Amino acid sequence: MKLRLLTAAATAVTLLATAGCGGGSDDAAASGPLDLRMTIWSANAKHTALFDQIAAAYKKDHPEVGRITFESIPFDSYTTALTTQIGGGNAPDLAWILESTAPDFVTSGALEPIGKDPDLLPSATATWEQDGKLYAYPFSTSPLGVFVNTDLVTAAGRQTPAQQIAAGNWNWEQAVATGAAVQAKTGKGGIVVGDFDYKGWDTLNTIWAGWDARPWSEDGKSCGFDQQPMIDAMTFIHKMVFTDKAMPGPGRTTDFFAGDASMVLTQISRAALLEKAKFKWDLVPLPKGPAGDYSVVGQAGIGVLKRGKHAEEAKKFLAYFTNQENTAKLAQFFPPPRKSQLTSEILAKANPLLEPAQLQSVVINGIERGDIKAGHTGYAELQQTVRAALDPLWKPDADVKAVLAGVCAKIDPLLSK
Amino acid sequence: MTLLLEKQVAPPAGPARAPYWTMRRRDELAGWLFIAPQLAGIVAFVIVPLGLVVWYSLHEWNVLAGTFEFVGGANYQALTDDPRLGPALRATGLFSVGLVVLNLSLALFLAVLLNQKLRGTVFFRTLFFSPVVVTLVAWTIVWGFLLQDNGGVNGFLSQLGVDGPNWLRGDATAMISVIVVQLFKGVGLNMVLFLAALQGVPAELYEAARLDGASAWARFRRVTVPLISPTILLTSILTIVGSLQVFAQIAVLTQGGPGTSTTVLVYYLYQQAFQFHHFGYGATISLLLFAIVLGLTVLQWRMRRRWVFHED
Repeated sequence: MKLRLLTAAATAVTLLATAGCGGGSDDAAASGPLDLRMTIWSANAKHTALFDQIAAAYKKDHPEVGRITFESIPFDSYTTALTTQIGGGNAPDLAWILESTAPDFVTSGALEPIGKDPDLLPSATATWEQDGKLYAYPFSTSPLGVFVNTDLVTAAGRQTPAQQIAAGNWNWEQAVATGAAVQAKTGKGGIVVGDFDYKGWDTLNTIWAGWDARPWSEDGKSCGFDQQPMIDAMTFIHKMVFTDKAMPGPGRTTDFFAGDASMVLTQISRAALLEKAKFKWDLVPLPKGPAGDYSVVGQAGIGVLKRGKHAEEAKKFLAYFTNQENTAKLAQFFPPPRKSQLTSEILAKANPLLEPAQLQSVVINGIERGDIKAGHTGYAELQQTVRAALDPLWKPDADVKAVLAGVCAKIDPLLSK
Repeated sequence: MTLLLEKQVAPPAGPARAPYWTMRRRDELAGWLFIAPQLAGIVAFVIVPLGLVVWYSLHEWNVLAGTFEFVGGANYQALTDDPRLGPALRATGLFSVGLVVLNLSLALFLAVLLNQKLRGTVFFRTLFFSPVVVTLVAWTIVWGFLLQDNGGVNGFLSQLGVDGPNWLRGDATAMISVIVVQLFKGVGLNMVLFLAALQGVPAELYEAARLDGASAWARFRRVTVPLISPTILLTSILTIVGSLQVFAQIAVLTQGGPGTSTTVLVYYLYQQAFQFHHFGYGATISLLLFAIVLGLTVLQWRMRRRWVFHED
């Protein structure tokens, strides 16, 4: 009796073990089609519809692939949720990675190296490379421009930015004068810096790059907040908020896309939000700063996670997702990092809302000479530390120089790690 | 055959063995079986996670690199050297004291008020209790809009000719705002508990006190408070523990700012573990919080003998 029980138990354990091994295998023939999962932060239905369309086309020629899902995580908690998934042993196969956290992902070895297409612009791939290898495809290389509510600007009695460009005086002084006039005469907001809200300070690079200021040095070792270009830029921003009143103050919500502000500094991929705008609008390059003309590019990469379940298959899918044909389709939302596709004709097909001239001046020129947001290893801690140390700046009587010196005192230990 | 049967039924030599399944053992087994689901839950969801947290606190875990390195007491050493811990503990203390004092006083005041036999008390009981059933994040988001510089609260104040502060951006007003948002969210629960306790106070004690010439305040102090003191103990333990664990309100309303004025311990723990990826250090902070909560609860429990009134 005991022998029979033991034999039955051993058989059951063997069967279960065999079944378990089969289930966990990557061998498609043994376990059926494998599924791929990619995390993204966009919840825009048009974006995901296009992604699904590309995935469906890929699956036609790749029967070994089952479902390809695009999992949307809110922007605010995106990197936190992604790293928690990785830590919890539930890493996605592919992930959309923000440029600010690129150094963390690239240097940690979390990503698989991927193929490097010679068509990619070197300025677009720099953030994602290490030791000559590319670790993520610079999927969205989106220059920041200024969307203008021309109705509000005209109502305030100011020349539109397009007219100021034609007159050769589109600079920050004029932009502030326009924003202030709109606030004073229409009661609406002046200049809004997209995603800033007095917490996401790093988006102020759309302004301080015009002063040639950087939060830290190129090598990431020394603080740039107490350097003269940053002091000048921040003094200008402080004056713009509290003296000129050209920018909504802290604790105020102003939505440009709802028609509540005269200008917003943001990525051109937000143009889709203006599809049903009830006001006349325009897109112009960033105003000229004291350091001359400049451009700022927002970037995101797609990487294959080493600890995803199907890294090799994910690499193949990424190569397809970002090939010439598909990046041309994706260009309607995400400007491509490919030299061959940066022509106003190609971009105009994908961006019917924008004029070829706007695409040339803002997108093509912007990508070619754009300054990308400075990333750093341990970026989240730096981000929070700077946010807390910068808070005293957002008061009318702030001592700009002292506050910025305080920022450096707080982040120096982090930069030297 | 008979001989064989006799052999088989013959009693064994020596003293007779007592049956194993005695009534006592059966009762014991039944008892264990009854508490088994609860016990399994406690082991799976309390003991094991607690053990894991202790284990993690002894390690440095780099999620992105996939390394998990034993560092011994280094995280505990870092806790003693961390200059951000002091401000976080101060903010936690400030929030807890403010919330506990305001919550218990207001809840008791409302309960006494709504314990009167007057018209409309049912409506007001429902009104004050209703925030308790609203989702915390939704409640906080709505208050976030109301407390904006150009939000509803300042809009209302401007109607009265008052220029309201920028509630969530001021060092002092940010903490007050978070406390008030949480106060209105949770005061209804304590109010209901106090109401239940008040309704259990025998009316004849009030009658006797009245005949002895006790004033309303004396009746409240000498009759009401002692008789509802077990409920005061319960609500104070619940409110203190809840206040030490505040997170969502901070994450939604202030993100720990301005500066670090509202960075309470749980929010700091979240930042260290999930934003900065210092999971080992985050685990260490969570053990500090556990020790604080445990210490305060034990202290309150021990002090109950001094001030909690038991009729028997």
